Amino acid sequence: MKAALHFIFLVGIWLLLTLNVTLPNIAVGVVSAFVVTLFFAKYSLKADKKQFHIHRYFWAVIYGFIFLWECIKANIDVMYRVIHPRMPIKPGIVKVKSTLKTDIGKVFLANSITMTPGTITVDIIDDYFYVHWIYVHSKDPAIYTQKILGRFEKYLKRIFE
Amino acid sequence: MNEIISTVIIGIGVAFDFFGILGLIRLPDVYNRLQAATKSVTLGTWSILLGILIRYGFTGVGVKALLCIPLLFFASTVAAHALIRGSYIFGIKLWDKSVVDDYKDVWRGK
Amino acid sequence: MTSILNIFFYILIGLSFFCLFRIIRGPTIADRMVSIDIFGILVVGICALLVIITGREFIIDIAITWTILSFIATLALAKYLAGKKLNE
Repeated sequence: MKAALHFIFLVGIWLLLTLNVTLPNIAVGVVSAFVVTLFFAKYSLKADKKQFHIHRYFWAVIYGFIFLWECIKANIDVMYRVIHPRMPIKPGIVKVKSTLKTDIGKVFLANSITMTPGTITVDIIDDYFYVHWIYVHSKDPAIYTQKILGRFEKYLKRIFE
Repeated sequence: MNEIISTVIIGIGVAFDFFGILGLIRLPDVYNRLQAATKSVTLGTWSILLGILIRYGFTGVGVKALLCIPLLFFASTVAAHALIRGSYIFGIKLWDKSVVDDYKDVWRGK
Repeated sequence: MTSILNIFFYILIGLSFFCLFRIIRGPTIADRMVSIDIFGILVVGICALLVIITGREFIIDIAITWTILSFIATLALAKYLAGKKLNE
């Protein structure tokens, strides 16, 4: 089951990359996807019913737009700090607790944190994210958890859990 | 018309690239440089690829540019994470004026 | 329209020289690695711009390949920084 989903995904990417539906092309794609699946299917995602829920994909699209908007805001913020003659930065590494349970959800949360306002994930240990922040607004855990995770966590919960 | 829109988007992307490299030159230590550079340069390259998609539509080149966008997202974020963790373990100090360092506790015990 | 794209192209080339400046100057080894990573992403943008300027469509393949190769190179360098063997 897991291997079959992996195989279909790879063939789909091959067809998108070549955009050419002749028989020899499809044959090459199927053979190479089969070889890759043979070796690497055990590292793939676990298959369960979640992958067939339509509303998860709907939330994923909405999450994409929110993420893009946050990303543009992040860049304007960093741009301001770089241009400013005195460079208003106050860096530090803070520890944030997340309530997501699944591994794939944590991965997406970490990647989203890395792309948004002045934060980079340094490490994940169990439920705790260690985040390097370019401007530490406050030292109160409740406030900075809300500021860093609040926007993404509720959408990721709807997508992955 | 498509050409004008795509040129404007590519121009915005080049501006983001410019500020990212400016951050790479100006900011004081590795961690802050990584902050400015990865975000801005990745968004700039996304804009250039998006400009190609708008100019060529959904032909061979456009679809390849579209596939390159998620690839670049995972590549740049995972690389930034690996680099920042690696340089912390390597022993590079945070900047003098840093405020907090919670990550220190993890490595003190080992 | 092509002249504007040419100007953008020269700006990106100039930015990669600033990147090289940080590679040469960088006080620590980590600075150099960050700079190499950024240089890889910049080259992807330059390849994408070359598709429009020269009109040769195969260059976008080079951009995709460069993304993957620079990602693997950065991961290997980061593993070296963290003091691990490459198969861990």
